Amino acid sequence: MRQTIERDYSREFAALAEILEKTGGNAQALRNPKIASLVVHKNRVLDLNALPGIEMEIDPLPDGVKVHVEVKPFLILENPVHLCFGVLPKEGVQRILSTFEIGEGARVSFLAHCSFPNAEKVQHIMEAKVRVGEGATMEYNEVHYHGPFGGVEVLPMAEIRVEKGGKYLTEFKVVQERVGLLTLDYDVYLGPEAVAELVTKVYGKGNDRVRIREALHLEGPYARGLVKSRIVLQDQAEAEFTGEAVGIGPYSRGHIDCTEILRGTEAKASAVPKLVVLDERAKLTHEAAIGSIDRKELETLMARGLTEEEAVETVVRGLLR
Amino acid sequence: MQEAALSGKIERLMRTKKSLLVIEDLFVEREGKMILRGVELAVEEGEIHAILGANGTGKSTLAYTIMGLSGYKPKQGRILFANEDITKKSVTERAKLGITLAWQQPASFEGLTVGEYLEISRGAGRGCTSIEECLALVGLPPKNYLNRTLNDRLSGGERKRVELAAVLAMNPKLAILDEPDSGIDVPSLDDIMEVIRRMNREGTTVLLITHREEFARAAHRASHLCGGRILKTGECEEVVRFYKNFCKECTHINEPELERVEAKSDAPNN
Repeated sequence: MRQTIERDYSREFAALAEILEKTGGNAQALRNPKIASLVVHKNRVLDLNALPGIEMEIDPLPDGVKVHVEVKPFLILENPVHLCFGVLPKEGVQRILSTFEIGEGARVSFLAHCSFPNAEKVQHIMEAKVRVGEGATMEYNEVHYHGPFGGVEVLPMAEIRVEKGGKYLTEFKVVQERVGLLTLDYDVYLGPEAVAELVTKVYGKGNDRVRIREALHLEGPYARGLVKSRIVLQDQAEAEFTGEAVGIGPYSRGHIDCTEILRGTEAKASAVPKLVVLDERAKLTHEAAIGSIDRKELETLMARGLTEEEAVETVVRGLLR
Repeated sequence: MQEAALSGKIERLMRTKKSLLVIEDLFVEREGKMILRGVELAVEEGEIHAILGANGTGKSTLAYTIMGLSGYKPKQGRILFANEDITKKSVTERAKLGITLAWQQPASFEGLTVGEYLEISRGAGRGCTSIEECLALVGLPPKNYLNRTLNDRLSGGERKRVELAAVLAMNPKLAILDEPDSGIDVPSLDDIMEVIRRMNREGTTVLLITHREEFARAAHRASHLCGGRILKTGECEEVVRFYKNFCKECTHINEPELERVEAKSDAPNN
């Protein structure tokens, strides 16, 4: 059921929709009655479309909104739920406090776009609590656009619980223009045979600062998790990645995989894996590669006629896709 | 003296035909060790020329040096391509002249699809073949492979076939194929050789690096590389026979006894 909450904000809606298109999204989806969607500018809900089986409750906050999303058990959503958050002025704060309840056996995916195109001093705080029910699958793909000024501070924090046989797959991406300051902190708790994949892709430029901490708590037997980050840095950008995995359940498996590419001599990157095994039958692994782009990859493309710069762009584009 | 005599022979051979690639007195050092020690080679336009040699003789070093890869800068000598000195040209410049290399162990690319890789290759060359056809020719059904990522999930054999497909898509003037037979299952070797012949029929001169005699036999001519030097160039059978006889008896791993080489190469039915 579609509710247009504030008709007066059609210009903001159009601006957010335009950025959504620019970052690879489909703005038409926001007007499609068959697609569940929510559009929030600062603390104002511009558009909300819930579908049968998926409830979205919104409560305003002085500096943002509280969002509760509940997906009924065994609901299989054909189209992804579109979430669009943003702040259009140069300055402002947006706090999104969200809870997601994915019912047993349900399968649902979310496409979230967060846009701050003019930000010079914008803070975007995202605190999420997620529960993926038994045998349910939740995909959450989040694309950020922070504009060219580097004046955004983004603080996403999430606590995700995945119950027996459930799956949680997420990708967080900020690869266009500047990042600003990103401090991402996710903890995923996995029950028996539950699966989680956390992928982060970030392209830092200027004096961007990126801090990522992602932790897998493999509590149940046969729980499996992957934390994968792909970070490219240029200019004076800096990134610090911490990937944690705790193997508690017997036969649980966790892998931390971090690649950080530095372009130029002033960017800085670090990767810290932390693996804790509390059951001898659990197995955790990690791999990290930090440095310039593999010479063989570049020369393979150059042997096909690309210039070195074109080859670098091709490799970086692939890595952050 | 013996080396000079050997060089002279090759030099004379070079002058008899039109050469697309000429290598003169090439010395290449890697990590403090001289790997190529005076390579003299002429590859004729339109031929499949096999470089035959045991492991560690400098075959891949020769391939990488011709392509101009970083770390393979000659200490001495020249590389001429279509009568132009390319010794100091970059990899890209050489590719734009029509040279390419298929790696023995091709690189993986996260996020790049097989189709995109082949399009890049096609864009750089004479582009006369569709990428779907190129894939089909190397035994990879296009509908199953075009959208696959060129990463470690492809097997070594699949990756080698994609590499050959990329060369087909580029349709270069000179393709340096570094052991295209390695990692390929034995029943498929004939198919791979047929792909190389087709490449050649379509106008690509092929420098085929191999240590497999049966592969070298399928070339028009061959050269035997040992200890960083070309010891013999000629008809394939002749070079294969020389390789087998000489290398079997040689007690000097990658350090050929040049006197014996001279004697054997001058002897009838060697």
